[in-house]
Amino acid sequence: MAGLSTRHLLGIKDLNRNDIELIFTTADTFKDVINRPIKKVPSLRDVTIANVFFENSTRTRLSFELAERRLSADTLNFAASSSSVSKGETLIDTVNNILAMKVDMVVMRHPYAGAGVFLSKHVKAQIVNAGDGAHEHPTQALLDAFSIREKLGDVAGKKVVIVGDVLHSRVALSNILCLKQLGAEVMVCGPTTLIPKYISSLGVKVEHNLIKALNWCDVANMLRIQLERQDIKYFPSLREYTMLYGLNKQILDNLNKEIIVMHPGPINRGVEITSDVADSKQSIILDQVENGVAVRMAVLYLLAGQTKENEPWNSGY
Amino acid sequence: MQNLTLLDGPKFQITIQRLCRQLIENHNDFSNAILIGIQPRGIYLARRVAEELGKILGKPVLQGDLDITFYRDDFRRREGPLVPNQTRIDFIIEGKNIILMDDVLWTGRTIRAAMDAMLAFGRPAKVELLTLVDRRYSRHIPVMADYTGIEVDSIASQKVVVSWKETDGEDKIVLLSERA
Repeated sequence: MAGLSTRHLLGIKDLNRNDIELIFTTADTFKDVINRPIKKVPSLRDVTIANVFFENSTRTRLSFELAERRLSADTLNFAASSSSVSKGETLIDTVNNILAMKVDMVVMRHPYAGAGVFLSKHVKAQIVNAGDGAHEHPTQALLDAFSIREKLGDVAGKKVVIVGDVLHSRVALSNILCLKQLGAEVMVCGPTTLIPKYISSLGVKVEHNLIKALNWCDVANMLRIQLERQDIKYFPSLREYTMLYGLNKQILDNLNKEIIVMHPGPINRGVEITSDVADSKQSIILDQVENGVAVRMAVLYLLAGQTKENEPWNSGY
Repeated sequence: MQNLTLLDGPKFQITIQRLCRQLIENHNDFSNAILIGIQPRGIYLARRVAEELGKILGKPVLQGDLDITFYRDDFRRREGPLVPNQTRIDFIIEGKNIILMDDVLWTGRTIRAAMDAMLAFGRPAKVELLTLVDRRYSRHIPVMADYTGIEVDSIASQKVVVSWKETDGEDKIVLLSERA
């Protein structure tokens, strides 16, 4: 059987449709595994994985760590804020020092776009991108598409609208690439200032009216307003943004069909969606989190399973 | 490739029947016993035996499918990772007598992995192994079957393939050899 076409997971850009389907079928079995009384398999017992986070994260880091442990890998965690990075160490030096301790894979989040690609060219370990700046967040896109597939049976032909801060969102770019690859129709919706100018070149529709967008779609993915990345004011006030682009129960109930609501987290309750929507039965936010572990297990399993020349049993001694 | 048919037709059916009778000898009415087929090919054997036992005993026997992909000892030693199959064990195996079933017993490594995989579902009272074909003298680890359909002497380059009426159209055991 053919494995993944890539040695690293740097972005959805590097994956073809077969890769994504393979990750999904593998994640199906892992979802079964994590619902057993004993949620652990021994596949990665000889693999060490470093989680290197140069940027804050709760969900992604916990999800990766859990996925690694469920696969019996050894893990080590590194957070830039409490490390020598603050003393001026470079990215390659930091990672090479970690690799000198015999680490096979690096799961990295970094505030700059392309950090994962850069690293993959300079170090031997396999790299999994857990978010690089406003560029890509491949595992999030995979788990989002996996959740849609689980809920609606298939991704192909479905209409998905991505609402909000598309400009600063790595989730949006990865989601667009992944959904398009799987044959879904994608629309982005938000204030003109938060929609990148040439986004339609990716083959997505652009809509600035939330109600129209919601009436068109089967699935609405509500993005978080990333205030920490906004160096200038993109809209007059959060209150105004919420009035125009916030999703509340009333809007949801007045639509001509029942749609699915997703959110990559963390939620700004009362900004992009209200609490009653986030906790409604149309929301699959917590399913996304559960599926995140299964999808990440699949990614790590498929990457780690590729034979490496420098393993002792392949070098002939 | 040269094919040698080892077992087919009525003899195949008689062998399955004999295995069922041997199982009943040890497990009576199967009230505390469970059949578990190993994915991907052992599940057909387990389903056939379960069906025959059901006819003989007049009541259904518990049967599950076990996938061992994540428990294999050759992960990262082969070209790429294997795609897993479904595990279907909807019952508690704690304290039960388990009969593991696979179509061909060769190196024994699959059985080791299966015993490992099974522990995720509880601690059975007893585990036995039933195999339709035993490729003798080719074990890599000390594993032996409690019930055997036929024994075959073969060399490593040969393959033993079991076909099933349900999926392949015919019940048959074939020994495949590379032509010199």
